[in-house]
Amino acid sequence: MAIVFQKPKALTDVPTHYCPGCTHGIIHRLVAECLDELGIEGKTVGVAPVGCAVMAYNYFGCDMIQAPHGRAPAIATGVKRSLPDNVVFTYQGDGDLAAIGTAETVHSATRGENITVIFVNNAIYGMTGGQMAPTSLPNQVTQTTPYGRDVKTAGYPVRVCEMLSTLDGTAYAERVSVDCVKNVMKAKKAIKKAFETQIAGKGFSIVEVVSACPTNWGLSPVEALDWLRANMLPYYPLGVYKDKTEEEAE
Amino acid sequence: MSERVLMKGNEALAEAAIRAGCRHFFGYPITPQTELAAYMSKVMPKIGGTYLQAESEIAAVNMVLGAASAGVRAMTSSSSPGISLKTEGISYMAGSDLPAVIINVQRGGPGLGGIQPSQADYWQATKAPGHGDLHVLVFAPSSVQEMVDLVGHAFDKADEYRMPAMILADGMLGQMMEPVAIGEGSGGSNVEKPWAANGHKGGRKHNIVNSLYLQAADLERLVKERFERYAVIEEKEAMSESYMTEDAEYIVVAYGASARVAKAAVREARSQGIKAGLIRPITLWPFPKKAIKDAAENAKAFLCVEMSMGQMIDDVKLAIECSRPVEFFGRTGGIIPTPAEVLENIKKLAGGDK
Repeated sequence: MAIVFQKPKALTDVPTHYCPGCTHGIIHRLVAECLDELGIEGKTVGVAPVGCAVMAYNYFGCDMIQAPHGRAPAIATGVKRSLPDNVVFTYQGDGDLAAIGTAETVHSATRGENITVIFVNNAIYGMTGGQMAPTSLPNQVTQTTPYGRDVKTAGYPVRVCEMLSTLDGTAYAERVSVDCVKNVMKAKKAIKKAFETQIAGKGFSIVEVVSACPTNWGLSPVEALDWLRANMLPYYPLGVYKDKTEEEAE
Repeated sequence: MSERVLMKGNEALAEAAIRAGCRHFFGYPITPQTELAAYMSKVMPKIGGTYLQAESEIAAVNMVLGAASAGVRAMTSSSSPGISLKTEGISYMAGSDLPAVIINVQRGGPGLGGIQPSQADYWQATKAPGHGDLHVLVFAPSSVQEMVDLVGHAFDKADEYRMPAMILADGMLGQMMEPVAIGEGSGGSNVEKPWAANGHKGGRKHNIVNSLYLQAADLERLVKERFERYAVIEEKEAMSESYMTEDAEYIVVAYGASARVAKAAVREARSQGIKAGLIRPITLWPFPKKAIKDAAENAKAFLCVEMSMGQMIDDVKLAIECSRPVEFFGRTGGIIPTPAEVLENIKKLAGGDK
């Protein structure tokens, strides 16, 4: 019988620990499919964050490093500067990338560090049980904003792609979602383009994936995707925020 | 024998690191180690190496973590307040069994403290260089020549034992100029690192550099294995210099810059008929317990001299199991003790005899 669908080779044969309805699984698959299609698994080094994806090192088949909280872009920098011909990516959540690791994120982008960042934005700290994230929406109820995120005291969410697109070192920044088949296809194209940007030596590339966390949002998987569409996408519009990939190398 | 040149400690150490095969340096400006980073920024681009000025000490040490994971010799340098920030990365490197070299050109503390020479980070370096059960190798040079000699040794031992190594210098050694001979260095290229995360090329299972172990039994087993390695290091790698200790009744223990001062004081004490001697620990972890314990057999008392309020003194007492009195003399906040002050304290120690 012809095989019409199978697990990407760049994913290990290990069951993941993710919750039912969590979109990390889809995003892992998309990254792995891109590694397969580009034929780069053997020369790729991935950097796992602290957060729900901390154990991504068990799931990706390429060499992996587990980073201190927020430091993945600094570690990726160290790897890339040592092995410039290898492909280096980080896989980070919103707390990791946009709170504790903001400096590492912004400065690796502004240096034009030739790495790829996969940024999973689900507007909550998942691993620690659902606290407010830097990307939690105004009025969003979390464990640490039990009355809803009050922007007067807790401030406003960070729009990462918009922020990084102002930096000259950012070569490619796109925000995608994995809430429906059409958007999953688009997300894969964006992730592949981000890796291609790195392979072409164009500089820093980031794909922000707007994601669902049914467990900590207190919703069913289907309700979570509805909530994502109704609340997150208006605040975090999908699209390409920066694309210097067609520009001639300086 | 290579030619002797006059160099600042910080610059000589940088050149020696390059000759030891370090091609990746990640730094952040802080006094009094700045010349080290400046030297790296001048030389690295010309030899195909990396000098990168990071956005913070935290980023710099994590860049070192990344480079070390990739299997290359990497280094960062800082001074006391910056080292506090690097402790996160040091702990993760220890927990991931990564070799790297960290330089601390100490200044006075706590807090922002001052910018004058100090030895007040002894506890941090030897007892708690990061959270968790861990040690790093700690080397304490007392001359510019030793800054040079120890950095190559630190890279070699870090690779051999797969752990971070620290050079614990101070602002005096970093800033002073002395004649120094810098040899060719080991280069480090013969070290096999089959564990490195450098791309499996389809030829092996993926390598994982990691310090997370959620099963308590797994974590305990790994920590215990690491401590077995530490026990071998304590047995084999302790280094110290003994000066006039053979018949010494009064033994000064001092390291780094304060050992230079103490040596002059011991010499003067001898000329005044006091049987004084000096033990200078060169490794602070592992601490040269045996050399100190052996010297205690004939000694009447010890004097610990430090540029702090007294930190190494605890290890001296432990080494001799409190079998002799151990007195302390130190200056802190960036003040270097004078030979006359140390001599006065040796005389006080010898009190009844002289």
